[in-house]
Amino acid sequence: MTEKTATPGATVRPHRVVDESGRVLLQGVGKQYATRRGPVDAVADVDLEVAPGEFVAVVGASGCGKSTLLRILAGFERHTAGVVEVGGRPVRRPGPERGVVFQDYGLFPWLTVAENVRYGPRQRRMSRTAAKRRAAEYIEIVGLTRFADRYPGELSGGMQQRVAIARVLANDPAVLLMDEPFGALDALTRTSMQHELRRLHVETGATVLLVTHSIEEAVYLADRVVVMAGGASHGVPGHVKEVVPVTLVGERDVNAPDFNAVERQIAALVHAGVGAG
Amino acid sequence: MSRWGPAAGRFALGAGFIAFILLMWDLGVRGEWVLLFDIKMGFLPPPVDVAKLLWDFAFGGVYDDAFSGSLWGHLGASSLRVLAGFGLAAALAIPLGVLMGRFPLVLATLDPAVNLFRPIPATAWVPLVLLIIGFGSQATIFLITISAFFPILLNTLSATREVSPRLVEAALMLGTRPVGVLLKVVVPAATPGIVSGLRIGLGLAWVILVLGESNGIDTGLGSMIMLAREQVRTDRIVVGMIVIGVAGYLSDRLLVLGLKGAFGRRPLVRAS
Repeated sequence: MTEKTATPGATVRPHRVVDESGRVLLQGVGKQYATRRGPVDAVADVDLEVAPGEFVAVVGASGCGKSTLLRILAGFERHTAGVVEVGGRPVRRPGPERGVVFQDYGLFPWLTVAENVRYGPRQRRMSRTAAKRRAAEYIEIVGLTRFADRYPGELSGGMQQRVAIARVLANDPAVLLMDEPFGALDALTRTSMQHELRRLHVETGATVLLVTHSIEEAVYLADRVVVMAGGASHGVPGHVKEVVPVTLVGERDVNAPDFNAVERQIAALVHAGVGAG
Repeated sequence: MSRWGPAAGRFALGAGFIAFILLMWDLGVRGEWVLLFDIKMGFLPPPVDVAKLLWDFAFGGVYDDAFSGSLWGHLGASSLRVLAGFGLAAALAIPLGVLMGRFPLVLATLDPAVNLFRPIPATAWVPLVLLIIGFGSQATIFLITISAFFPILLNTLSATREVSPRLVEAALMLGTRPVGVLLKVVVPAATPGIVSGLRIGLGLAWVILVLGESNGIDTGLGSMIMLAREQVRTDRIVVGMIVIGVAGYLSDRLLVLGLKGAFGRRPLVRAS
């Protein structure tokens, strides 16, 4: 079971016309928790607009509220202030148009790889045969055809995360929300998964919001990098400190000087954010 | 040992130890040993006599009395009671446990009552049951149900509460409607824990069987043992004990194998 199976087995046919359903809008978004010592603001005043098909990475120190923001967009948590819209519609609950990829995969251990991937389409009342065909297609895209009948517990972490990505893509989401998706993987697997994600993003045309600790990952993948700062433990609500556009042209090379310059710029913002709040 | 592989080696160890117990039993009876707790080994029948009686109990042809060949009737009657009581307990406890584990309101409503009734041992139920239900099969089935109910309920409850919220989130974001989450995610995710509860409950059902069949029942392994006590037949008691032990063991194996057969390769039963 080598990670080599990651080499693209097939390409996604561009199934999604980039349309307004992939637009993400956050306006004055805040999240307040009630604690015994009174209310605490986890995040406050977040404004962000993501264009359909855009790839945006969110970086920041632990506790800055970047995961909270993602969970609000997913519909797992309710914001307490502001406007949260995806595709022009307010977010109230989780939904298949917003696919989520978790750091710990969240695969159903009692279902095979193929069953996991066709779970979403089946929930949306796609016929059994159509769902099967669709699952097979996306399993091939992530290079796991040989493992279609295995159970998640029999796969490596990298393979499980590929199943999780296939499972979400099979649902044809307008927005892909990824919470530290590669954080639990070893460095080699991580790099190959980043390549794959880049390819899938181009091919599916889905909007991607990626929360990550790795500045390199953010610069490698994103069109724009959102730097967040603050956080309840700093006494300041988590907020957007700056949005850095990544204007590198052509194939991105993590060792190129211009790549490193952007990386340094973002690192400086992240670290300043920790100190000054 | 290595030539036969580790499994054979382990089997040989287990079988060897049982042979050792039989040998000690035999020596103890012959030597009339008195052990800890003032156990008088001399009052026990030797293993060979028990084996002979067990054969007669199952197939007859040795002593040819009322006891000969009656095993299957007793075993059948007892198994039916165990099955009825256990089945009823499972049918009540699993849905209730899932609902309690999933809905705080249901938990808050039922938890105090469960904790009040749970510590009452089946032995304490017997006198009341005999008065309000009366002698017979129904009383036995009731005692088995009430005893198997709690371990199944508590295991289901804790397994349901331990279902990772991540799996529920995953199901929701894939388009599962909130009402579907219970059957599509919570129950399968809790299944290994539920199966553990079923196994404990089934084991307990056999324990309670003897208690239930002690009163006013003439067919059943428990009643057979009680009759043997009245007749001061330690050999028949030991034979009854062995049959109940084997039946309990086999029913557990049957349950696990049956579930594994139903689930196929799905990792829903903990390795045992």
